[in-house]
Amino acid sequence: MMTNTLTLAARNVLRNRRRSLTTIMAMVLGMTAILLFGGYRQSISYGLLTAYVQRGGHLQVQHRDYYLYGSGNPTAYGMADYGVLIDKLRTDPVLAPMLNEVTPVLQFNGIGGNFARGVSRTALASGVVPEDQNVMRQWNEFGTSSEAKPVALTGAVENATVIGTGLARTLQLCGPLHVVNCIDAVPPVAADVASAPAMPADLATLAPAGVGDHKAADTQIELLVANPNGAPNIAALTAIKAEDVGVKEVDDVFMSMRLSQAQTLLYGRSPPRVTAVQIQLHRTADMPAAQVRIQKILGNDPRFADFEVLDFRKLNPSFGQINAMFGAVFASVSLLITVIVLFTVSNTMSMVVLERTSEIGTLRAIGQRRGGIRSMFLCEGLLMGAISAAAGTTLALLLAAAINHSGLSWMPPGRVDPVRVAVRLWGEGPLILYAAAGLLFVAALSAWLPAKRGAQLNIVDALRYA
Amino acid sequence: MPTSSNEIVSLRNVSRTYRLDDIDVHALADINVEFLSDRFTVISGASGSGKTTLLNMVGCIDRPTTGSLSINGIDIATLSDDALSDFRARHLGFIFQNFNLIPVLTAYENVEYPLMLAKVPPTQRRRRVEELLDAVGLSDRARNLPSQMSGGQRQRVAIARALAPQPRLVLADEPTANLDSTTGAAIIDLMRRMQRQYQVSFIFSSHDPSVMAAADDAVLMRDGRITEIHRRMPPPPILEEVA
Repeated sequence: MMTNTLTLAARNVLRNRRRSLTTIMAMVLGMTAILLFGGYRQSISYGLLTAYVQRGGHLQVQHRDYYLYGSGNPTAYGMADYGVLIDKLRTDPVLAPMLNEVTPVLQFNGIGGNFARGVSRTALASGVVPEDQNVMRQWNEFGTSSEAKPVALTGAVENATVIGTGLARTLQLCGPLHVVNCIDAVPPVAADVASAPAMPADLATLAPAGVGDHKAADTQIELLVANPNGAPNIAALTAIKAEDVGVKEVDDVFMSMRLSQAQTLLYGRSPPRVTAVQIQLHRTADMPAAQVRIQKILGNDPRFADFEVLDFRKLNPSFGQINAMFGAVFASVSLLITVIVLFTVSNTMSMVVLERTSEIGTLRAIGQRRGGIRSMFLCEGLLMGAISAAAGTTLALLLAAAINHSGLSWMPPGRVDPVRVAVRLWGEGPLILYAAAGLLFVAALSAWLPAKRGAQLNIVDALRYA
Repeated sequence: MPTSSNEIVSLRNVSRTYRLDDIDVHALADINVEFLSDRFTVISGASGSGKTTLLNMVGCIDRPTTGSLSINGIDIATLSDDALSDFRARHLGFIFQNFNLIPVLTAYENVEYPLMLAKVPPTQRRRRVEELLDAVGLSDRARNLPSQMSGGQRQRVAIARALAPQPRLVLADEPTANLDSTTGAAIIDLMRRMQRQYQVSFIFSSHDPSVMAAADDAVLMRDGRITEIHRRMPPPPILEEVA
């Protein structure tokens, strides 16, 4: 039968059930809205992270300054001895358990041409190891809805290339590569390919057999590049697929091929180089430790003196920008909901204090201190906050599960495949904890002023109140 | 301040002035009175004579504008707000006209509440509450909420609550005003019995002549001043209890 502040608060909450229920419902809705939006934001953040890490790894070792100046002349920042570096990374006793994949890539600029159609275009090409890239694309630490497809170069011939749909359009390969919604338009000043002169003799001498052949396969394209010394070189490549890269500016210039093919084209018989070594870890949480370790490995070998290691956030500023944007929206929505809840609970508590003025007078008369009166009302506010936090979390988890199983999808910017609408709440302890703590704080804050007012009441005046 | 051996409350030159809009209302003016221990004292007077204000002063829920008040030799003016709360919790009991029970607490819990404020250990609390509920004849109503009891029963609970912390002084403001005459008489009788049984001083306000007849001492008031003080010895007999 013992009565303490909590049981007294519980009974007082139940005293006016309808009003308490309305107040609790307002808080539950607020909590649910914050959690659902927070879960959605988490989902987007993890989705972005997964996409970036699948394509570029958590960390990349590059030549110093390549990140800032390399796009103008990538081959000038080629990394020699990259094979030694990869071996060192893979066999390092500290780093090895953290690694999921380590793979080299070579990025370079060139001019892609379709001599058969008389068209050409500057291209941004990359040489990759398809098998390694496939391993990277399987990475999904956070269980996102990402459906990783193997890279199109998998199992393809040595001189195969995958190009962006924009580049395919420019090079008039829509038909041969079956690009949807794309027509191989004839240029305003049509090239008479039949009577066109053959490839210039000086270029032809650089090119392997088949380059510039008008009768070559209709998927053949030529790629003209300058090697690190500035000398031109050319390769005949077979375009096996056009892929929509998602961003038009990139889609118009994108070209991907096997690393070995790219290195032959750029370096010939010279020792091959790469522009980056991509490092994918099992766990994103290991990134800082791995970065420190790699920096140590680089620092211990003079061959790697000019290398630096960068994380995916640095390499993809849009990750931070998108997260910051959603963070700002989340903060605004949360603030708005908080203010609404604050006023709702505060209004309720003011009513409660007013209705119990006489009771406050009685309690004070029989010896309750002002602090005890404050605690009583604060406890009621906190109790309603706790009930709301529990109910709001439960409701949000149920709604999140319903949304996650609804099959709804949307097309995020920069993506080519629709992404499932997902609310990531289950397992997001900190988010739920912060939201619940926030709600309790708001409930306490809302109750504080009315409680203080109640505690300050003059006893005689309070007893007179009917 | 020296006090006589059986004096429990002493008021010296006490006045209380309220500000109502722009007018000063003198609720009490130059009150000088001593209330004796173990006595059943009634304060009587017409409505607006200052009975309740005087009880509020003695109950330490209001402070004099001028003058001094001491209870058990303690000058109340020297106590802070919290100390005064603790003082009320340990030394004073209150019975109100409207019973003023906490509606969400059972009869048992209402009686227990002041004991918790006085930090009485649970075992002693239980014993004391059961004893008091038995004394006021409400042992079988211990688990009832105030809303499940009659006016007379509620006032009995209020009496038990007032006596719970074993106070030296119990104050009752028109304790029978909201009861019918039969129940009111029974309540007065109960208070009288409790006062004798627990050897505690009762000071209550009333303008009921039959209630005044039951008192040891009577303080008569008019227009905020004490006009007469009657002290009778020995105390009158207990009225026959009416159910």
